[in-house]
Amino acid sequence: MALKHVNAVVVGAGAGGGVVAKELAEAGLSVVLLERGDWVSFEEHGQDELISQRTTVLGNAYGPDDRFPRMSEGAPGQWNRILPHEGGYGNNAACVGSGTVSYGAMAWRFSEQDFRMRSTYGRPEGSTLDDWPISYADLEPFYEKAEWEIGVAGDMSANPFAPPRQKPYPMPAFGQNREGEMLYAAAKRLGWHPFPIPMLRNSVRYGGRNACAHNRACCGFACPINAKNGTQNTVIPRALATGHCELRVRCVASEIVVDDHSRARGVRYFDAEDRPQYQTADVVVVSCAAIETARLLLNSKSKLFPNGAGNRHDWVGRNLQDHAYSGAWGLFEQETFDDVGPGATIAINDFNHGNAGLRGGGALCNEFIRLPYLFTGVRPPGAPRWGKAHKDWQRNFYRRCVGIHGPVQEMPVAEMRVQIDPALKDHWGIPVARLSGQRHPDDLEVGAFLAARAEAWLKEAGAVQTWKAVAGRGSRPGQHQAGSCRMGNDPTTSVTDRHGRVHDIDNLYLADGSLHVTNGGYNPALTIMALGFWVGHHIAREWKGGRFA
Amino acid sequence: MTRRTAVKLALVGLTGAAVGVGSIPLIRSIPATAPRRFRHFSDDDAALLIEICEQIIPGDDLPGATETGAIHFIDRQLGGRHRKHQPTYHRGLESFRQTCTQVYGRAFHELAPVQKIELLQAVETGRVPKELWPDVSAPAFFNVVLAHTMQSFYGSPRHGGNRGYASYRMLGLDQPVIAGQNRYPKA
Repeated sequence: MALKHVNAVVVGAGAGGGVVAKELAEAGLSVVLLERGDWVSFEEHGQDELISQRTTVLGNAYGPDDRFPRMSEGAPGQWNRILPHEGGYGNNAACVGSGTVSYGAMAWRFSEQDFRMRSTYGRPEGSTLDDWPISYADLEPFYEKAEWEIGVAGDMSANPFAPPRQKPYPMPAFGQNREGEMLYAAAKRLGWHPFPIPMLRNSVRYGGRNACAHNRACCGFACPINAKNGTQNTVIPRALATGHCELRVRCVASEIVVDDHSRARGVRYFDAEDRPQYQTADVVVVSCAAIETARLLLNSKSKLFPNGAGNRHDWVGRNLQDHAYSGAWGLFEQETFDDVGPGATIAINDFNHGNAGLRGGGALCNEFIRLPYLFTGVRPPGAPRWGKAHKDWQRNFYRRCVGIHGPVQEMPVAEMRVQIDPALKDHWGIPVARLSGQRHPDDLEVGAFLAARAEAWLKEAGAVQTWKAVAGRGSRPGQHQAGSCRMGNDPTTSVTDRHGRVHDIDNLYLADGSLHVTNGGYNPALTIMALGFWVGHHIAREWKGGRFA
Repeated sequence: MTRRTAVKLALVGLTGAAVGVGSIPLIRSIPATAPRRFRHFSDDDAALLIEICEQIIPGDDLPGATETGAIHFIDRQLGGRHRKHQPTYHRGLESFRQTCTQVYGRAFHELAPVQKIELLQAVETGRVPKELWPDVSAPAFFNVVLAHTMQSFYGSPRHGGNRGYASYRMLGLDQPVIAGQNRYPKA
């Protein structure tokens, strides 16, 4: 039986899709929101570190499961089949809310320069670096909506590098924990500008939910008291409350149907019982995150788009980015750990831009709490891996170790990409994504620079031993994945226009990190949410009732 | 190290291996009164693996791998998430046993504590007779056992290891966390 036609179908209930669904439902459109995962809760896995979003050795607490394999290139031409809990998969959560359920919840606005990286620095050889087609000023009102409608605690008054804002944060900033206080004083002595990390987390009661209780198991876990703000406990419930939005979980999209007149007709998917379904709609929005959005577009072949929807000029899947996380660790004589979660409290933006001889940079923040198994991988070179000496090391330093790291803004590379694997299919018979490519060498230079600053900060704070951790070139984009379907003004060098509308398919939109031309020197969640509001606002504005555009 | 052992280790490039890791661990064997049946290990393999894990996380004034259930964690995960490592264990343990016999002329559990560590260091770094490791390399075997022992010791007890949250107690982490009692939120 055919499903009832709706105004909009949104694929993916994460940071972008959840917001778009709410915007459209509130504008009066009938909306179906498809999510391949399910509703998840803290209770299912509790504080089990081995099945979390940060440490997945025994599985992904927030999805996806083994029905979603991928291929990843190891040595050139050598493809490995990879499951979601394995390294190199490029995992992003698959559940209602996606990564916003289990993230560390940093709530960054990108810098003004992040939107015009090419104009600021020039394009390095081997990169496809470009400016965004929109400016920070264009997105500013939508950052504000994200901060107020989803909920951010912050205070940028001590950060001279913060971009201008019209309205303050809705909640006061969090205070510092023990290591944050220590690092605050050290940064001031160095002449830097420390400030509290803005967080999508309740510092006071907000949105009808309680204030944060400083749980140890926060980053990588759902919040047991619902004090962390994602789309699953804010905009998605609001979308459902309008009565115009239906959320269908455990529904796996396989194809966007595009007709011979270059219009999207709807989405084919498999429902919770693995039955094929076809949801027609006036407008289709894809919000599956950079890897799966590219995969869905590439798997949507039609007469006018034989290489996939929106892929006329071979840009879908390219420029996949992440963050070349780099920084340093330090060991201290005194205890630095006070078990006040989530742990990350302090940041500086002194090195996001203006670094002599370098293109870009990144924020530096102290690390989230390292749970005990993850901590076994935090070691200076030559430290004991096992035996009595390992045990003694753990005892001595678990509570005396501080990490500072930063998301290095990557230079986009055309060959860092998502393709469709010619052979491997998932549980539903849908061709899987395959990932390949290497980071641009610039990223490692910036990483080394940031690591040196992090090390200097730790030493100033009194670290007795420090060591750097600089990203390599080969890792696969994971929770910060972005850039695979960049927006742009030139249809021959981008996938969508400035409103996230796919070039040449007037009723097909994207709303997630895949739109990012560059990925900022920051955790990207708030920017993805702001883009959700931006795209949703545009669609609602263009909506003429009964028919789109 | 006896002269005979030194000669044999020299033959495989293990001369001068310093025993730098650990002090003398307590020797823990399986209680004779409680023979364990494991899903994925024979009793002999289980006994050997328990001895190896105990070197990785030795018991001292606080419990080590044996006492906290490493073997139970590994046995359970070999039927689950770590299924693909079944051959690594079965073939690796056999290679390990043969290596021990060839080099020391004795079973692993009969070695002196320093010899156990010495042999594990040789396995970790691959300084072992290669022909005894035809299916899985010695370092690969060691790294799998090391990772799983760490997962067992530091992970949640619901998977069979870290009995009584021993590692959390070792690190001074309150567990379970009880709101209002052992948590000290700051604004």
